[in-house]
Amino acid sequence: MAWLDTIVQGLLLGGLYALFATGLSLIFGVMRIVNLAHGDFSILAAFLAVMLVDALALHWLLALALVVPAMALLGYVLQRTVLNRLLGRGILPPILVTFGLSIIIQNALLEAFSADSRRLNPGGIDTASLALGGGLAVGWFSLITLLVAIVVLTGLQIFIGRTQRGRAFRATADDQATAALMGIDPRGLYALAMALSLGIVAIAGVFLGVRTTFAFGSGPDRLLFAFEAVIIGGLGSLWGTLVGGAILGVAQTVGAKLSPGWGILTGHLVFLAVLLVRPQGLFARQRRLD
Amino acid sequence: MSRLVVRRLDAFYGDFQALFGISLEVDDGETVAIIGANGSGKSTFLKAVAGALPAARTAVELDGVAVGGRPAHELVDRGVTLVPEGRRIFPSLTVEENLRIGAYRARAGRWTLERVYAIFPRLAERRRQPGTNLSGGEQQMLAISRGLMANPRLLLIDEISLGLAPAVVKQLYDVLATVTAEGMTTVVVEQDVSQVLRIARRVFCFRKGAVSLFGRPDELSRSRIAAAYFGT
Repeated sequence: MAWLDTIVQGLLLGGLYALFATGLSLIFGVMRIVNLAHGDFSILAAFLAVMLVDALALHWLLALALVVPAMALLGYVLQRTVLNRLLGRGILPPILVTFGLSIIIQNALLEAFSADSRRLNPGGIDTASLALGGGLAVGWFSLITLLVAIVVLTGLQIFIGRTQRGRAFRATADDQATAALMGIDPRGLYALAMALSLGIVAIAGVFLGVRTTFAFGSGPDRLLFAFEAVIIGGLGSLWGTLVGGAILGVAQTVGAKLSPGWGILTGHLVFLAVLLVRPQGLFARQRRLD
Repeated sequence: MSRLVVRRLDAFYGDFQALFGISLEVDDGETVAIIGANGSGKSTFLKAVAGALPAARTAVELDGVAVGGRPAHELVDRGVTLVPEGRRIFPSLTVEENLRIGAYRARAGRWTLERVYAIFPRLAERRRQPGTNLSGGEQQMLAISRGLMANPRLLLIDEISLGLAPAVVKQLYDVLATVTAEGMTTVVVEQDVSQVLRIARRVFCFRKGAVSLFGRPDELSRSRIAAAYFGT
């Protein structure tokens, strides 16, 4: 029963990882760039929420409702003013610039909030649990995180699958030059994608901040887990991201169960095993190359 | 009235100059063919007009407005649509989604999903399949229909016949003839001369990035076209 419990906890942790991974996957899918500051943006969002909670004595959910649109706006402006200038100049400039952003964000957070670890006041939700019988119980907060991840992924799926703007995302991901011939402005579309990406990672950051402590330098770890979830699940597959997150989560909790120091390592090893056996990921979309 | 006026258009790929002072006019409702050998600058010309390559502002005029160098997506808004070489169907989109994305700018006009399906029942049958599951000829049908869905004022088509069997090419030109007969202003680039001369009112032959011959198809003898085409 203890093992079953471990696996359930791991699956739930996967919901949080999927929230981190979705925005990263979206940006790579549409723009073919990797946002190396992705994890740092999530920590920035968590600090913004802490600031709102401290200054205005808001509930963390209310802070979340303010931080998500603020981060989405930041993403839009960042894409319009900085990242769009890097288009069509090869793969190196976006890597260098987002790496630089990562350093800037970490140091700005250090300057503004010191090196102390912080946490959002969960108001009791972090310890409340739901008994499933047989001695098995799941934390309400983990369950809510997973549900939020499912809602976000479903919403994104509907947006990309059913709307004209979503079709434009897919067309641009397929072939940007031809998409422009259809009247799709790639710069505007990329700005929208970055807004979505940072809005979603802001949710991830705030949920992380309620779940555990974080500090100015917590971003790169988040980026790594997000990467691993995306690669395990398969690039371009939204639901694969959730499965990838769940596999990573289970690997980490099972590893930690074996020995407390093995959690992260086991996650990396499972990731490497997937890379060896199925480098395209578990749910990679079959893409025909003409 | 000229729909399109091109004046001394130069075009470059980096340091390489591909077009040398091309000038031509296309009247409202006219169908013009551009022929020429590989590398003569035909596709480059269409790309420069459609905004996919840089051009001087005054080099391209649409209905009297200088639009040279405007980005491709903006030119679609103004009514210029390019059906690109190699069809370029979006593999992630179904047949119907490919058509809908053609109407992204939602310009009003007579071309709708229903009308396309009425003309190409084959596309209606396969509307839910990925666009790249179609045969080459069907993909070309889809690419032309996708262009029509933008309801352009100026339709530019690059190499309809590329990689297709002669019978399929003839079918496609039959359909195109009905489209141009409705008054769609069209510029067709082709290497395969025989079909395109059937629907064109005027023809321009390009060689080495410049116009080597132009006129009405019935005025131009095969030997003159061959001479302009190959530079003999």
